[in-house]
Amino acid sequence: MKTRILMKGNEAIAEAAVRAGCRFYAGYPITPQNEIPEYLSWRMLEVGGVFIQAESELAAINMVYGASAAGIRAMTSSSSPGISLKQEAISFLAGAELPCVIVNMQRGGPGLGNISASQADYFQAVKGGGHGDYKIIVYAPYSVQELWDLTILAFDKADEYRTPVMILGDAIIGQMMEPFYPTDYKKPELPDKDWIIDGCEGRLPHVIKTLYMGDGELEMMNNKLQKKYKNIKNKEVISEGHFIDDAELIVVAFGIAARIALSSVIKLRRKGIKVGLFRPVTLFPFPENELFLISDENKRFLVVEMNAGQMLEDVKLAINGRSEVLFYGRTGGMVVSPEEIDKKILSLIDLKCNVKM
Amino acid sequence: MEHSIIISGFGGQGILFLGKILTLAGMNEGKEVTWFPSYGAEMRGGTANCTVIFSDELIGSPVVSNPDTLIVMNDSAFSKFYSKLKKGGLLLYDSSLINGHEERQDIEIIGIPATEIASRLNAIQTSNIVLAGAFIAKTGMLKESSVLDVLSETVPAKKAKLISTNKKALLNGIKYIENKKS
Repeated sequence: MKTRILMKGNEAIAEAAVRAGCRFYAGYPITPQNEIPEYLSWRMLEVGGVFIQAESELAAINMVYGASAAGIRAMTSSSSPGISLKQEAISFLAGAELPCVIVNMQRGGPGLGNISASQADYFQAVKGGGHGDYKIIVYAPYSVQELWDLTILAFDKADEYRTPVMILGDAIIGQMMEPFYPTDYKKPELPDKDWIIDGCEGRLPHVIKTLYMGDGELEMMNNKLQKKYKNIKNKEVISEGHFIDDAELIVVAFGIAARIALSSVIKLRRKGIKVGLFRPVTLFPFPENELFLISDENKRFLVVEMNAGQMLEDVKLAINGRSEVLFYGRTGGMVVSPEEIDKKILSLIDLKCNVKM
Repeated sequence: MEHSIIISGFGGQGILFLGKILTLAGMNEGKEVTWFPSYGAEMRGGTANCTVIFSDELIGSPVVSNPDTLIVMNDSAFSKFYSKLKKGGLLLYDSSLINGHEERQDIEIIGIPATEIASRLNAIQTSNIVLAGAFIAKTGMLKESSVLDVLSETVPAKKAKLISTNKKALLNGIKYIENKKS
């Protein structure tokens, strides 16, 4: 791991999955994530795993359900319209407490939209997406390095909590190449998979299901899930701050938008502008305490997203009225530019303390 | 300092590969670098382009609308990106394939007969590497040795014969610019 290597984001995810012990992949082609199945179509064979180009997105994720129930580390990937098709099964996976990794390389929506980068699936990823009271862990990588690191972490957290985990990327992060360190995988201590379906000779059968018809049975199941989500909220939040302490304006952004915003923030800091960046790396669990703690009446927040304002709502909930929260976004697959963010930040700072550039 | 390059031409001319060569060489020199392709339904004969950015620090967006340098290998790429090049920018084009015009006075425009030079090496497919040579000679952005190393590493074993051809193409591109200077 001493030297950097160069890979496309999508390929980095695929290789990281293999290194983390993923041995089952099923998917259906869609731009801009096709390099994931393309890579795994040959790579899985090398490691004795299974690659299936399924007949549909629905089939693919239900195959992942089966593989996971059999105890195999399993993954599927798609992009926005394809992820919509998978929602029913994601609800089933969450209800059956089956670990797996789901990659969404977001593109412009709604509908077929376009193939450009977008962050408009935030609500779908973070608020449930399918039916029922469930959550999945959602990671928002902003570099190829993080695609590698978080894909590996996703498999471990999926097994640790018996839950689906989503990597919420976008067309840019998936398509770009940049150097990164391909760190080695060290498997942590994880609970035994003593619930899998692998033949029940000599023991009672295991049952993996989501249908609970008995009186109060389903509520008990829901309570168990909620307890798990609370536990995840307590232990699995990841976020990072840059130049927060003396910042008068804090940009909040995730994924590719955070990366673009950070380059603006670094530039403006050099000119003495008191601006910072807060970046949630996990979108569920959302870093609400971390945001609350940096908010006060002297600070203002600017949420920057490539959607019409989705994470914005969670930022407002977290800050709970302690600071003013503003928004800047682009939609329809339009990528925010560093220059646009510079301009927006300067217009806000100008208003407040009359700093002239 | 950040330097952005858009490379554009027909699919099949090695546009994405040229970008990758520059990216790898930049990586090996310890730079921050990103490569971003057009990823629609391109195929041989269609248009292909990619954006490469070099920097000393975190690269915010791997996508740019106004690059510092343009390397173009067909007419439509020339006209598509011509007006987008930054003021003071550099435009390198394959003058064997493009009837370039030089209306803009605020940029530097250099035609390199890359296809012709490559044909003389009996390897017309290395015209992209000729342009890589011209790029590094003109900008000093990358060391000749790091691009040569990358050329040896990235050519697959079954095409080992191409390594020396590619190297010659690179050196010829460099020579073309150096002769112009003197």
